[in-house]
Amino acid sequence: MERTAGGDQNSGLTAEQKKQLKKERRKAKVSGKATQSTTQSFPGTDASSSNVLQKSKAELRAERRAKQEADRAAKAAMKAEQTSGGSKLKGPQVPANIQADDPKVQKKAAKKLEKQQVPQRAEGQKKVALFSHLHQYERSLSITSNMGFGNTGIHPAIIQLGLQYAEGLITGSNARCAALISAVCRVIKDYVTPQHKELSRDLEMKLKPAISYLNQCRPLSVSMGSAIKFMKLQISVCRKMSDSEAKSRLVDSLREFVRVNIVLAGKAISDSACTKISDGDVVMIYGNSSLITRVLCDAHKVGRNFRVVVVDSRPKLAGRGALRRLRQAGIQCSYVLVSAASYIMPEVTKVVLGAHGLLSNGYVMGSVGTSMVAMAAKACGVPVIVCCEAYKFCERVQADSFVNNEIGDPRDLLVKTNSHKSNPSLLDEEDWKQMDSLKVLHLTYDVTPPDYVAMVVTELGKIPCTSVPVVLRVRSTDT
Amino acid sequence: MEQFLLDLKREKYNGSYDLAYKTINHLRKIITQTRWANANELMAIIREAGKRMVSAQPSEYVIGNMVRRVLKIIREEYVRIQGESEESVNKGSLHKMVTSDQDFQDFNTPLKELKTIVMEAVNEYIDEMEASIHNIAAQAVEHIHSDEVILTVGKSRTVEAFLKQAAKKRKFHVIVVEGAPLYHGHELAKSLASKKIETTVVTDSAVFAMMSRVNKVIIGTHSVLANGGLKAVNGAHMVALAARQHAVPVIVLGAMFKLCLLHHSALGGNEASFNRLSSPQEVMDHYEGGTEILSDVQIYCPTFDYVPPELVTLFISNIGGNAPSYMYRLLSELYHPDDHEL
Repeated sequence: MERTAGGDQNSGLTAEQKKQLKKERRKAKVSGKATQSTTQSFPGTDASSSNVLQKSKAELRAERRAKQEADRAAKAAMKAEQTSGGSKLKGPQVPANIQADDPKVQKKAAKKLEKQQVPQRAEGQKKVALFSHLHQYERSLSITSNMGFGNTGIHPAIIQLGLQYAEGLITGSNARCAALISAVCRVIKDYVTPQHKELSRDLEMKLKPAISYLNQCRPLSVSMGSAIKFMKLQISVCRKMSDSEAKSRLVDSLREFVRVNIVLAGKAISDSACTKISDGDVVMIYGNSSLITRVLCDAHKVGRNFRVVVVDSRPKLAGRGALRRLRQAGIQCSYVLVSAASYIMPEVTKVVLGAHGLLSNGYVMGSVGTSMVAMAAKACGVPVIVCCEAYKFCERVQADSFVNNEIGDPRDLLVKTNSHKSNPSLLDEEDWKQMDSLKVLHLTYDVTPPDYVAMVVTELGKIPCTSVPVVLRVRSTDT
Repeated sequence: MEQFLLDLKREKYNGSYDLAYKTINHLRKIITQTRWANANELMAIIREAGKRMVSAQPSEYVIGNMVRRVLKIIREEYVRIQGESEESVNKGSLHKMVTSDQDFQDFNTPLKELKTIVMEAVNEYIDEMEASIHNIAAQAVEHIHSDEVILTVGKSRTVEAFLKQAAKKRKFHVIVVEGAPLYHGHELAKSLASKKIETTVVTDSAVFAMMSRVNKVIIGTHSVLANGGLKAVNGAHMVALAARQHAVPVIVLGAMFKLCLLHHSALGGNEASFNRLSSPQEVMDHYEGGTEILSDVQIYCPTFDYVPPELVTLFISNIGGNAPSYMYRLLSELYHPDDHEL
């Protein structure tokens, strides 16, 4: 009757066998409890008998653990059989966030969120058909209105971070990554390993719902993804250490990540890119990239004589932030919108762009409009230089901007009803809601093909766009 | 006359059709109200008025077009009355120049019927102009098929009529680029959506991203230059570049009165009359741009874009479709070479 735990390797555990296993486990639990109750019914027993009973408890626990290990080994062996059999190889999976039109996938994702107690965002009502495979949210009610603050809930630092992302208070890939790391450091500092659990496994479990929540507030950026991968690696390495040691080690390694990959890399890129800016240059930049403004301010400090053309676009108008920073440094600037980029391009000698991420097939992912500027530059024969830290390189590949993108709130392009219109032609929110055939699209990112980009400046040197997979391999062997 | 010049200076017209209509009405008034003895005097009067009008608003080529068209009409009608064929008015061929010893027409004979006949011809031309939008829209069904995705920039009355006409028979999608900082795209989108055409409004920055899904780009233009290039609304050049990259045909709609004699040269100071920089208020308002830190920044807000003829696939006008390389030939039908310099 007693099934050997290692049996049935060829056919795998069927549902019946799984049920049997469960029954046995329950029996063992009950019998353990029964022994407990029997000991309690004899209160006046002496120490020796209690020792014996305690041993039996420990024995039972040991037995249970042994069984669990045996089961785990069986499952692992079975999986090994399957993969060596080679009938079903699991390759890279398609992520759920680009299958918003598949109801099965969405149901699974919703269940996962519910299990993690993360509120799910409501989909927008007026979706653009071309992007039906992506989530199209509308910024309506607060996402945290129904969240609990119990012990199993998400740390308030993460909640605050998520809201800052959702409202657009923290923007820019470096800023988002640094904010994420500092919030996670706070979580780690406040973390206490519960009894009978290991820090390395439990902390990871605790961070999973936090990351799902941040993803719901605003889809993760490439820089954040890279940081999370690094975090998971560091946590898994922290075995067999005392709690305080592990926590301090984690916090130190995360701070080091920010220091090396953002601060020091920025300095290296700035030194490298300064050599490319010569006196009398007219440099065109697009939007607001912390790295690019740093490069230009450093070049100005070194004494180069150049002026800058800032190209901006609606609705974020991020270029104004860059404009301010550059003017504060004392650099002479001009300002245009992206539709006038080709008008001003004959005056420009160089275009320097920042990137949100670099894809494995050499495409540059940046804020929407980067490809427009690169295209206009190519048409006028102006070289395009992209500056990007190496931690923003990712293994994704995409050939156009439709496959994977972030759809922002369409209301950012419209004017609120009955408010003062800066321009009378602008569409009202009321008009948009009432007309069925009218849709508004607010894209966040776009991809620039590698033939528009002359060179990418990273802290590892100046490389062509197509060398991204090489760098990824080098970095993965390093860490 | 003075009132009209003031209106021109203050830009009290909306759109090139409106301006063309006003100009030709004004010229018609001049023909009827002034005293002239023969065709030469009439042409001198028109030329003089034309020079003043063009100098009042040099960036609007339609004024010059109308003046030259009227001059051509006068020449043609004069020659017809004289009994000769109209072709002789045009510059003779090489053969003619060598063989014929007949001198050029001197337009000096006073003719009584000239006034009425010229007025008739001018009225005919005005009718043709009024019908131009309908003629262009009637060709819409030829060019737009079902389930196509069409991209357009800004707001052009011709494009609006074109798309609405096609929507009567076919179902297709339109992506309208909003065209900051004037946001005419929003108006066009509203108008199209009210006729149940599937419209999506996108920002200027998303054009390259969207272009991979677009089948055709249909834009209107302010004027067509002699080499087939365009003087179009700001943002059209970026759209045309993106279309070339993705091998999407660019179709330009424009009536014949928009075709002008001038060529474009970005160098040599011609840029000043080609493009018009409007108030930077549209790009960055005084509230933000006037702060101390941003007061030194140069803000540009160009109104027009030059689109070279290589980027344009097809011109559709009220007389049919043409390739951009053929546009120069049509000039000889519209204007007389002696009128090139007013």
